[in-house]
Amino acid sequence: MGTRDQLQFIVSSIRAKRLQSFLTGLGIAVGIAAVILLTSMGEGLQRFVVAEFTQFGSNLIAVNPGKVTTMGTTLGILGSERLLTLDDCEALRHLPQAEAVVPMVQGNVEVKAEGRTRRITLYGVGAEMDRAFRMQVGSGRFLPPDDPRLARPFVVLGDKVAHELFPNDNPLGRRMQIGNQPARVLGVMEHKGQVLGFDMDDTVYIPAVRALDLFDREGLMEIDVLYRDGHEASEVVAAIKRILVNRHGQEDFTITTQQQMLDVLGSVLSMLTVAVGALGGISLLVGSVGIFTIMTIAVRERTAEIGLLRAVGASRQQILLLFLLEGTVLAGLGGTAGLAVGFSLASLIHALVPLLPVHTPWSFVIFAELLSMLIGIIAGIIPARQAARLDPVEALRSE
Amino acid sequence: MIELSDICRTFTVGGQEVRAMDHVSLTIGAGEYLSIMGPSGSGKSTLLNIIGLLDTPNSGTYLLDGRDVTSLADEQLAATRSRKIGFIFQFFHLIPRLSAAQNIELPLMLAGVPLRQRRQRSAVLIDSFGLGNRRHHRPDELSGGQRQRVAIARAVINQPAVLLADEPTGNLDRSSGAEIIDLLEGLNRAGQTLVIVTHDPEIGERARRRVRVVDGRLASDSGG
Repeated sequence: MGTRDQLQFIVSSIRAKRLQSFLTGLGIAVGIAAVILLTSMGEGLQRFVVAEFTQFGSNLIAVNPGKVTTMGTTLGILGSERLLTLDDCEALRHLPQAEAVVPMVQGNVEVKAEGRTRRITLYGVGAEMDRAFRMQVGSGRFLPPDDPRLARPFVVLGDKVAHELFPNDNPLGRRMQIGNQPARVLGVMEHKGQVLGFDMDDTVYIPAVRALDLFDREGLMEIDVLYRDGHEASEVVAAIKRILVNRHGQEDFTITTQQQMLDVLGSVLSMLTVAVGALGGISLLVGSVGIFTIMTIAVRERTAEIGLLRAVGASRQQILLLFLLEGTVLAGLGGTAGLAVGFSLASLIHALVPLLPVHTPWSFVIFAELLSMLIGIIAGIIPARQAARLDPVEALRSE
Repeated sequence: MIELSDICRTFTVGGQEVRAMDHVSLTIGAGEYLSIMGPSGSGKSTLLNIIGLLDTPNSGTYLLDGRDVTSLADEQLAATRSRKIGFIFQFFHLIPRLSAAQNIELPLMLAGVPLRQRRQRSAVLIDSFGLGNRRHHRPDELSGGQRQRVAIARAVINQPAVLLADEPTGNLDRSSGAEIIDLLEGLNRAGQTLVIVTHDPEIGERARRRVRVVDGRLASDSGG
C-alpha cells in the first residue's frame, strides 16, 4: 500500500469525524502553542540578557579585592589582606595574554561647568577602557596613556552629560570642575543608552589615580583584564592569580570571568525555560490522552471496517500501521496548528511590547512538531495494536 | 482447486467446546457454482470463512490451487486472500466515507497497485455492472442493490480464484436480490468459481452443486 494512499485513507477518516478530530487536535495544539510561546519568551529573554553582558566583549576577566570565604563575607576590612592598587594593575599589564588592563573606581560626584551643576556617576579608569569595554568615542579622544600614577587631569564625558553641561557649544578643550578637582574635557563618548538599568551616557571618565584622590581611597574597586583571542580563560585566570599571589603573599582577591557570569545567568534562565517547557509538556500529556481516547473509540467504531480490510487482503501489520499513522497525522496536524498559534502569539506580544524580547529558534519549532508526532505514535500504539489483533471473522460480524 | 480434507474447527463458548466443523472434506473445482445450505448455527459460515482464509482450522489440510495454506503466517494469508479470494457479505461492508469507485478499488489500493491502473480496472467493472453514473457516490447515496453491486465489483476486481458470497441477498428486496443473483450467475458463466452460503432454498437450489451442512458435517452433496 503506497504512502500516498495511506495518507489519503487516513485523511478521509479524519475528515469523516471532523469535530472529534478537531477537539483532539486542539489538545495537542494548546500544548504545542504553550511550549512555543513560553520557550520563545524564555529564549528571547536569555538572548537579551546575554547581549547586554557580552556587548562589553566576552574576553573580560574581573579582579575584585577580597576573597569570598565560606563565611560568605569578605575579609576586606578585618583581615590582613592588601588592597588592589594601581601597582597591581601595572604588574598585570606584563601578562603576555593581556590586551588591556583597566583599573576601576566608581562613585558619585558633583560636576560643574559654565555655572551648571550636575550629580553623576564617575568612573576612574585607565586609558584602555574604551577598548576593553568596546565603547566608542564620539568626538575628541579617550584618556591618554599617561603614567597611571601621574595621569593628567583630563575628563571624558558621557553623551548626556556633554549635552547637559555644554548645551550650546563644543565641550572639547573646555575646563570643568569635578568634585574639588579641575579637569579639561578631552573627549565625548558616543551615545550608548542603558545597560542593565545603568545610564551609560550620564557618566564621566577620569584617570583612576585622580578618582582615588577624589574619593580618598587607597585601593581600586576592580581591575578588568581583556585577554587576547585564542587564549583560554582558565589559563589567563591562573596567570593573574600567580602574579597577584606573588605580590600579596596570599589569595586575597576574587577573579570572575565573563563566562562565569554568563553561566550563572544562563543556568537561571535555562531553568526558567525548562520550567515553562514542562508546563507545556503537561498540556501535551493531556493532548496525548485525547489521541489515545479518540483512537480507542475509532477502533471500536470501525471494527467492521477493520474486518473488511482484512477480508480484502490487509495484513495485521497494515492495519497497525494505518491506525498508528492516523494518530500521528492527527497529532501532527494539531502540532502544526499549535505552532501557528504559538508563533502568532509570540509575534503579537513582540509587536505590542517591543521591550519584551521574543525569539523562536527553528530548532524549537522542529522539535515541537516532532514531539507532537511522537506523542501521536505513542498514544496510538495501544489502540492500533487492538485494531491489528482483532479476529477478522468477529470483526465482520460486529455491524 | 479447493481441497479441504478432514477439517475440524472448534470454538470455546462459555467454557464449553463447540465443534463447528467436524471432519469436513470438500473439493471444489475451477468454474463450479456451489451453494452451501443449512440451518443457522450449522457451521456453513465457518466453512466459508475457512475457505476464505479468514478462519484457520484446528486440524485438517487445505490446499488452494495445489498449495497448502493451512498454516500460513498472517502476512502470507493476507496476500493470498488479496489475490485469490473475493468476499461478498450480507451487509455489503462498504466503507461509508469512500466513493463507490474507491470502495471497489480498495483491494487494489491495499495491494499497492498504482492509482491509474486502479482507475482503469474499476472503470471497466463500474460500466459493466451498470454503476456508470454512481461512481462518485457514497454508499449512503446508493440503493441496496447498487451497494451490493459495488461490493461484488470490489470482490472480483482482483480476479480471484473463488468468489465467496455469504447470504448476498439477505439484506435486499426480492427484485434487487434477483438482480444480484443474475449478476453472480453471469460471472460464473464467464468462468468465475462461485460459492454461495444461504438458507434461502430458492436461491440455493439454483446452484449446479448443492452442499448441505448440519452440525458441522456435510449432510449431503449433490455432486463433485
